[in-house]
Amino acid sequence: MAGFTPHTPAEVKEMLGAAGLTGIKELFADIPADLAPKSFKIPAGMTEYEALSVLNSMAAKNNTSAAVFMGGGYYDHFIPAAVDAISSRAEFYTAYTPYQPEASQGTLQAIFEYQTMMAKLSGLEVSNASLYDGGTALYEAIAMAIRTNNRSKVIIDKGVNPIYRQIVKTYAANQKIEIMEVDLKDIYTDREKIKSMLDESISAVVMQTPNYFGIVDDFSDIYKSAQEKGITKIAVFYPMSLGILKTPGEMNADIAVADGQSLGLPLSFGGPYLGIMAASKGYVRKMPGRIVGETVDKNGTKCYVLTLQAREQHIRREKATSNICSNQALCALRAVVYLALLGREGFRKASLVNFEKAEYLKSKLKKLAEIKKGTTFNEFTVKLDCGAAVFAKKMLAKGFAAGIPASLYYPDKKNYLIIAATEKRTKKEMDDFAVAFKSAL
Amino acid sequence: MENIFEKSVSGRHGVGAGTPDEKSINKIPASLRRSTESSLPELSELDVVRHYTKLSKLNFSVDTEFYPLGSCTMKYNPKVNEAAGVIPGFAALHPYMAMIDESAAQGAMEVIYNISSLLCEITGMKKFTTQPYAGAHGELLGMLLTAAYHRKKGNKKKYIVVPESAHGTNPASAAVAGYSIITVPVDAEGGMDVDIFREKMNDEVAGVMMTMPSTLGVFEKKIKEIVEIAGQHDAVMYYDGANLNAILGKVRPGDMGFDIVHINLHKTFSTPHGGGGPGSGVVGVSKRIAPFLPEPYVEKNKTGKFCIAAGSRDSIGKVASFFGNFGVILKAYTYIMMLGKEGLIDVSEMAVLNANYIMVKLKPFYDLPYDRICMHECVFTAKNQIKNGVHALDIAKALIDRGYHPPTIYFPQVVEEAIMIEPTETESKQEIDLFIEAMKDIAALAISDPEKIKNAPSTTRISRPDETKAARELKLTCF
Amino acid sequence: MNVKDGYFYSKEHEWVKIEGNKAKAGISDYAQHKLGDITYVDLPVAGKAVKQFEVLTGIESVKAASDIYSPMTGKVVVVNSKLENAPELVNKSPYEEGWIVEMEISNLSETSNLMNAAAYKTFLSGLEE
Repeated sequence: MAGFTPHTPAEVKEMLGAAGLTGIKELFADIPADLAPKSFKIPAGMTEYEALSVLNSMAAKNNTSAAVFMGGGYYDHFIPAAVDAISSRAEFYTAYTPYQPEASQGTLQAIFEYQTMMAKLSGLEVSNASLYDGGTALYEAIAMAIRTNNRSKVIIDKGVNPIYRQIVKTYAANQKIEIMEVDLKDIYTDREKIKSMLDESISAVVMQTPNYFGIVDDFSDIYKSAQEKGITKIAVFYPMSLGILKTPGEMNADIAVADGQSLGLPLSFGGPYLGIMAASKGYVRKMPGRIVGETVDKNGTKCYVLTLQAREQHIRREKATSNICSNQALCALRAVVYLALLGREGFRKASLVNFEKAEYLKSKLKKLAEIKKGTTFNEFTVKLDCGAAVFAKKMLAKGFAAGIPASLYYPDKKNYLIIAATEKRTKKEMDDFAVAFKSAL
Repeated sequence: MENIFEKSVSGRHGVGAGTPDEKSINKIPASLRRSTESSLPELSELDVVRHYTKLSKLNFSVDTEFYPLGSCTMKYNPKVNEAAGVIPGFAALHPYMAMIDESAAQGAMEVIYNISSLLCEITGMKKFTTQPYAGAHGELLGMLLTAAYHRKKGNKKKYIVVPESAHGTNPASAAVAGYSIITVPVDAEGGMDVDIFREKMNDEVAGVMMTMPSTLGVFEKKIKEIVEIAGQHDAVMYYDGANLNAILGKVRPGDMGFDIVHINLHKTFSTPHGGGGPGSGVVGVSKRIAPFLPEPYVEKNKTGKFCIAAGSRDSIGKVASFFGNFGVILKAYTYIMMLGKEGLIDVSEMAVLNANYIMVKLKPFYDLPYDRICMHECVFTAKNQIKNGVHALDIAKALIDRGYHPPTIYFPQVVEEAIMIEPTETESKQEIDLFIEAMKDIAALAISDPEKIKNAPSTTRISRPDETKAARELKLTCF
Repeated sequence: MNVKDGYFYSKEHEWVKIEGNKAKAGISDYAQHKLGDITYVDLPVAGKAVKQFEVLTGIESVKAASDIYSPMTGKVVVVNSKLENAPELVNKSPYEEGWIVEMEISNLSETSNLMNAAAYKTFLSGLEE
């Protein structure tokens, strides 16, 4: 048996004696005898190497050899080794929430820098210290809008990641919130329809670019109409794209949310990821979660503390802005290190390379399938002559995770396959992809 | 310390991620392009590594200091967990792989299935979901499940009962799910006041949220009575399992009659706290709540293959993108496999022993509001020291000077000037004895030289930040 | 604790000073003391109509965030915009410079639901026991 308790039998005896007890049993005397576990069939323990061997054999049953052309909001991006090195420092990962500023300036300053990067990246003014993931961040943004204008209807474009939309609907089920989803015209935003729905009863309008099908759009016009009606404008963005694409701030959004997985986080079968939230200054007191602020200590030295804590659950209980407590701090650290490593030029270039790769792949596929028109970033949609779900399975057998069949969430789009190509995809992989693609049709 | 932007040097390059053809930008219409600066810093890889390495050294952490932060279970995070977390066969796996072809993600699904089964056995629940990302997220899911259960039955329910000694997240989570809160005070022994509870219960109560052991570090002796009263009103019993570290193999929420339980894998099951996350707040449910669990849900079919369960009509939907913080779940699974049955029981026994040892040793020096055998943590107050103007905060700061991360202070709120100490089972008697000496030393100094404590800490780079200034003159970004 | 004569007080520690059909309102010295350093006053918009004892607005300190209830039924006509940049005025001068809103009121008889200074003093001494 492996264990991490240091007590020797003699020490146990001595400590019990100090407490005036004779046996361990007495420590649990408050638990009624008839509540003893009816069962506790846990296998015997094992050594470290045995455990790792079990895990390695399980890991071998996962297909991670296929070249990843799947995205859907979660991408196979390059992660610099230095990101792992920093986030593996025990001073970061074995600490907890920085309640004691004197003992946690490292975490606090890193989060403060993260907040700065998220604000600048999205073109907005403030950011919190992180939320769970993109979908839960979107719900929190909607809740902020409702707290701000006291309206209850929310318009969401169906180009918004369907996973996010499901999360929002689940959270809202027991609340007086009416979610109005607006159908796409094929894979494009029906902007006239959305604009016609904007009135003084609407709390928020939610748009995403690039949308789930990869289409890049500028929602300045929709946001302008929304602004006139006092509607909170929410933007869902893809962090990696903002090296080159128009920002939520430039479109005049009020709140921007994203999943930060693309910023130095491994795919890891769905988590841990990172919920990003940035907003214009007027929303800061409605913002959920932790926020780090700059101040000075008693000697006038610049330092950092958790601020605006009065809004939080541990003080305000049922009146808190949100119930969020633990967030994804270490993921935020990874994001800030990732962005610092790439830097201003490196990040812009990485963004542009993503765009180029997808354009190259489009050029290889255009004779094989109908590529949906429109500007895209690193992901685009093709319409096949066959069902995309079956096609994707065939491609996987050929060594390619070829994309996401839209039918997973859009039942009327059975032949649509959403294909992503990040900076990691090589020319050879894409050429081979095209060959396999042709043979799988 | 300078911030990362102040270290930036215009024109310096960091890590390259590819060299694009600059002309390709012209394929994007100007109206869709970014026209403002990203303002990211310009640094070399070494600049960045050194900056964040230096920052890390400003933190206290479990690996460097004893960290008896009550309610947070800051136990040692075995290094093997980290090794498990980076196995490429898991770390590189795209979550959509399971939706495209289940056979391409069998290993990951097996991990989810296995840890769910183990947690069912540990807690006595029927089914588990790994979706919730943190304890509070698990609580919220629990409330959404409660609501779905009552909706299906046609029950009209409005309230959630929460004892005063519960975690602050409990009422916040219930409120986020649309409920109003009924608070019940604690009795003289630190348990929920059952007489008042009985009075306040009515048919509009949807559920009762219990933290066990409570935030006062005591086991709810009258739990059977409480469950029975709740049952008379068809109220769902919710178990906040943040403090599960005290009761492994000793008692199970399912056996006590709870319907929903959340567990903080980052507390009891040793996954690191990450400076405030990522955690995992997995949720277990009884048979009557199971149909409402969120999706996707992993099952094992008759041939032994793992699959995504066909959607349940009653499922509430989704509270997370996929299966929750899988990387965290993997670490907890590693830990449970290694410890096994005996190891898990040993965890709770040594955690409770350590807490009681501290309680007994410090009792002569600090006020102990509930003087009885405690579970995995003990709650003192600064009442004896306040006479000399020394508060819980000052004691905390003085501990920093002595090389300890402070305990939780001013929580639970029902105890004024609370000092909540949770040593965990991984601390040795020697380490704990030194901590006790430090606490005694501070108690003595509170009498002989209170000013010294009020000026602590003096060994750290900064001391006593001005929190009022931070909140009044909000500065939330570097520039 | 300082209690100002001539003002009316609510159980939630708001004060109101009545002059004709106008009423100035704020929080009492006791309230500001309990809250600690005030960091933010969420000033309502002029024109906001509110009933007696309904939530008028919110106030935040380093350690707490609380609602402020309206001591009278009425309509907000002026807010103390100085508090935007100097919330500490509520701490320094709760009854004078730290006033929060001026309202137009129509029902003077509502003062019977409030306490005068003497009654409020008795009320406070009851709380401090």
